[in-house]
Amino acid sequence: MRSLLSILLIGVPVTLILCLVGLSHGFIEDSQKRARGIGADILMRPKTSSFLSLNGAPIPQQLVAYIAKQPHVKMATGVFSVAAEGITLGATGINYHEFAQMSGGFRFLSGGPFQKPDDVIFDDYYANQTQSHVGDTITLLNSKWHVCGIMESGKLSHIVLPIDTLQERTGNQGNVNQIYIRVDDPANTQAAIRSLKDNPGLEGYPIFSMEEFTSLLNVNNIPALAGFIAVVMGIGVVIGFAVVCLSMYMAVLQRTREIGILKSLGASKSFILGIILSEAFFLGLGGTILGIVMSYGAAALIHALKPASLPMIIVYEWWPITGAITVAGALLGALYPGLTAAAHDPIEALSYE
Amino acid sequence: MNNGVNNGDIIQIRDLRKTYRVGKVDVPALRGVDLDVEKGHLLSIIGPSGSGKSTLFHIIGGLTPPTSGKVVVGGKDLSAMTDAERTRMRKRTVGFVFQKFNLLPNLTARDNIAVARYIGGTDARPEPEFEEVLRLLGIRERLDHKPNALSGGEQQRVAIARAIVNHPAILLADEPTGNLDTENSKAVLEVLRDLNRRLGQTILMITHNPEAAAYGDSTVHMRDGRITERT
Ligand SMILES: Nc1ncnc2c1ncn2[C@@H]1O[C@H](COP(=O)(O)OP(=O)(O)OP(=O)(O)O)[C@@H](O)[C@H]1O
Ligand SMILES: [Mg+2]
Repeated sequence: MRSLLSILLIGVPVTLILCLVGLSHGFIEDSQKRARGIGADILMRPKTSSFLSLNGAPIPQQLVAYIAKQPHVKMATGVFSVAAEGITLGATGINYHEFAQMSGGFRFLSGGPFQKPDDVIFDDYYANQTQSHVGDTITLLNSKWHVCGIMESGKLSHIVLPIDTLQERTGNQGNVNQIYIRVDDPANTQAAIRSLKDNPGLEGYPIFSMEEFTSLLNVNNIPALAGFIAVVMGIGVVIGFAVVCLSMYMAVLQRTREIGILKSLGASKSFILGIILSEAFFLGLGGTILGIVMSYGAAALIHALKPASLPMIIVYEWWPITGAITVAGALLGALYPGLTAAAHDPIEALSYE
Repeated sequence: MNNGVNNGDIIQIRDLRKTYRVGKVDVPALRGVDLDVEKGHLLSIIGPSGSGKSTLFHIIGGLTPPTSGKVVVGGKDLSAMTDAERTRMRKRTVGFVFQKFNLLPNLTARDNIAVARYIGGTDARPEPEFEEVLRLLGIRERLDHKPNALSGGEQQRVAIARAIVNHPAILLADEPTGNLDTENSKAVLEVLRDLNRRLGQTILMITHNPEAAAYGDSTVHMRDGRITERT
């Protein structure tokens, strides 16, 4: 009973860590997949943007046509992205015709392309999450939209709008915040980037190959995240430590007499310490396993409720990491009770009631 | 040797003193005990409560060091031993049997015995000859039960099996029948006598009961931390 409770308490922070890691990896993978689905070779972003945020002065829309005329560039299209819900879910305004040409078009599960200026296309994840169907009228970004199509996810964004309407409704007429560029031959990507970067008219705009951009999208490049994960891990270790310390201390008290018996049989201090540490090891291991199992439960729950906003995946590489940290915390927690038990006077322990 | 110590004695104790310190008060538990026990002897120890009988056992068994005096058990001087050395000695040289049986409650009788083997540093399975001992103790059929499924007499006989499974030089039994009814007491005392007679096991047994003491080859009387007579 005591052990089960300890395992549960140890498992909870393990689940938290795994969920956090799973969410951040899921978010990154989801973004990478959608970025690759665009069919562009090169990406240009606003001057002051970081690779994760589009804050800063937008790009004048006239530049799209200008870029399209540069060497090796086959076509270019500008999009305008806004945050629709928190930081993990964005909506993107596109020129449907240009974008379809670049990406090969969306695969519609129902409905189809924009018919009217206030049409919106959802991907299946977001449609599921919001229980929306073609023909519904929904409120997004403080205005009303009409769902015209539901597409298979994995291209650009979970929510796609006509760029003109989006610009107008958000007061961004004439502005885009990303320009996707397709080159005549993928082998010319680097050459095209070089000539774009050397172009004085485009000075100061960050330009990436899509490959480079998707590889920049990783957990270590998200500034606060690594620190946040470290803090949650620290909390996990402290909880594991405290739970095991208390639990094993109780166990040692409860079993004082048994420890005395073992000592009367000739058990050494290290033998007693070994018993306590191995029990702590199994508590830590059990907690890790339970935490992993619970992380599957959490993933299933998140997937059922918010597949588009919170794309969580199971990150196996983190199992041994969290396991090792949890077990280390547990062993550390068992050290004090273990040493106390090892130091018990056998005669007193034997007369303990 | 010219100090009157017989080399056949498995226990030689000279002027043994043990003083417990409780807070600021010294409690003398043993005040100069001299005792020799021959190998193969069954010795009864009798005396009023608080006379130091258990303390004497704890010292002979290496559970606590003497305050002063000389204690030689199986040729080894206990007064010079470190904690670790006394721990090692407990593994193989002595076996304890207590009034309260002191079996590990979560383990079967068989596993209780196996734990002692394991701690003693031998294969957890007793030798085939041990089957004979188990038959003699009358617990062969009860080995797969946990202590709470055994009668007091059975528990105590399992405890005896556990105490001798590592072939200790000395078996120390502290009031082994103190928690048993007459019938079970008799069974346990007979088992102890059989072990002594058939296997030559040296046994020291504390008792309050003169009838139980009569099972011994001789009886030592203790009072106020001293041995007052030996009969
Ligand atoms: N660990 C201890 N700390 C302090 N005093 C102790 C300790 N153990 C024993 N004593 C004291 O030493 C004296 C002898 O105790 P001991 O247990 O050896 O007596 P005993 O003859 O075995 O008595 P009983 O027949 O009641 O078991 C007693 O006065 C007891 O209070
Ligand atoms: Mg006593």
